[in-house]
Amino acid sequence: MQLTVVAALGGTVFGTLLALARLSPARPVQLAAGGYVNLMRSIPLLLVIFWFYFLVPVALQSLTGADRPPRIGAERSAYITFVMFEAAYFCEIMRAGIQSVSRGQQGAAFALGLTYTQAMANVILPQAFRNMLPVLLTQTIILFQDVSLVSLLNVTDFVGAAVKIAQRDSRIIELYTFVAVVYFALCYLLSELVKRLQRRIAVVR
Amino acid sequence: MISIRNVSKWYGSFKVLSQCSTEVAKGQVVVVCGPSGSGKSTLIKCVNALEPFQEGTITVDGTSVGDPSTDLPRLRARVGMVFQHFELFPHLSIIDNLTLAQIKVLRRDRDTATKKGLALLERVGLREQAPKFPGQLSGGQQQRVAIARALCMDPIAMLFDEPTSALDPEMINEVLDVMVELASEGMTMMCVTHEMGFARKVAHRVVFMDKGEIVEDVPTAEFFGNPAARAERAQQFLSKILHH
Repeated sequence: MQLTVVAALGGTVFGTLLALARLSPARPVQLAAGGYVNLMRSIPLLLVIFWFYFLVPVALQSLTGADRPPRIGAERSAYITFVMFEAAYFCEIMRAGIQSVSRGQQGAAFALGLTYTQAMANVILPQAFRNMLPVLLTQTIILFQDVSLVSLLNVTDFVGAAVKIAQRDSRIIELYTFVAVVYFALCYLLSELVKRLQRRIAVVR
Repeated sequence: MISIRNVSKWYGSFKVLSQCSTEVAKGQVVVVCGPSGSGKSTLIKCVNALEPFQEGTITVDGTSVGDPSTDLPRLRARVGMVFQHFELFPHLSIIDNLTLAQIKVLRRDRDTATKKGLALLERVGLREQAPKFPGQLSGGQQQRVAIARALCMDPIAMLFDEPTSALDPEMINEVLDVMVELASEGMTMMCVTHEMGFARKVAHRVVFMDKGEIVEDVPTAEFFGNPAARAERAQQFLSKILHH
C-alpha cells in the first residue's frame, strides 16, 4: 500500500518533469526523455524489477571499480524501480494533459509577463492535472495491482535466482536479455502501429 | 511608442508578413483591419513577441522586441493584450485572474493586488463578479474582465486581437464602450478589429492589410472619407464590410 502511494506520487512528479522534457524545444533533452519513456513502456514490469535488482549493482561495480557489487536493499530497489517505471506512464498522461490545454492560455499567461516556469506552474499544469485526473487515477489503480502482484513474489526468490546466476556464470543473464529484447521489439512495433492509427483518426481542432 | 520597421515573417517557406512598417505614437489609437489570412493577428502578436519574426525590427518604448538580450517577460508586463477568445484562466476565480500576474510579475502584495483588481472590475462594471469563475460569466463579461486583467498591470500600451469577433452581437457594445473609454483617457492602443464603427469613432489611423502586406496606412478620416483614393483591395474590403 505504502509502495503504491510513494510510486504514484513519485511517478507523477518525475513523470511531469519527463513530460516537460519531452515537450522541450531542446532536441537532445526531448530525445533523451523520449528514449527513456519508450524503453520503460516497452518492457514488462517484472523484467525491469529483475534488471534493476541484479544488473544495476553490477553496472555500479564496474563503474566504481569496487571488488563487490554494492547491495541495494530489496525494498529500496522496489521503491526506486516502481517510481522510475511508473514515471514513464505518468509522463505520457501528463504530456497529453499539457497539450490538451489550449495554446491561447499559454499566450495569455506570457502576455501578462509570466515566465515559462510561472506559466506552467500557475496556469498550464493545474489545468492539465484537472483534465487528466480520471486517467491518472486509472493508472494508479493499475499500479496498485502491479504492486500486489510483485509482493506475491517473495524477496527470497530473487535471492535464490541470484545464487543460481552466480553459479552458472552469465548464461541466464543472456537468456533474460534476449527475452527483454524480443519484448521491446514487439511492444515498440505495437506502439508505432498505434501511433499511426491515432494519426489517421485524429480530429484536427 | 510602438515602432514596426520592415518586419517579415515566414512559417517555413510560407511568407506570412512582408516588409510591414507602421508606427503607433503615444496616446494614439491605430486600428488594423483586413481580410482573414492577411496577417493582422500575426503582426500584432509580433509586437509583444508572442510570435517570433525573422526580419525587421519592432521597438516598444525604446526596447527592441527582436533582440535576444531583451527581457521578454518584463517587456510583456508593460504591454497589455486582449485576445479574441478572452483566455481567462478557468481554474481561477475572477479576482485571482486579476491578481495572479500582479503578484508573480509585479511582486505586489496580495492586498494591493486585490484592491487594484477590484477597482478595475468596478471600472468595467463587474465588481460583483469577483468571486465567481470565468465559466459562470457571459462572453461579454469575460472579455471585460480580460481587459481589466490587462489593465491591472498598468500597461503603457494595449494590444487588442479581434476582441469582439467571438461575441454575440448584443454583447459587442458593452466591450466597445470600455475600449472607447480607454481610448478617451489617452491609452496607446493597437486594435485588430472588424468593428468599423469603433474605428471611425476613436481611431487616429487605420492600417489595412492584405496577404501579409500593409496596403494602406492613413488617418481615419482619409480612410473612410475618401474611398476612391484607396487601393483596389482596400476598396473591395470596405464595400464588403460597410453593409451592416
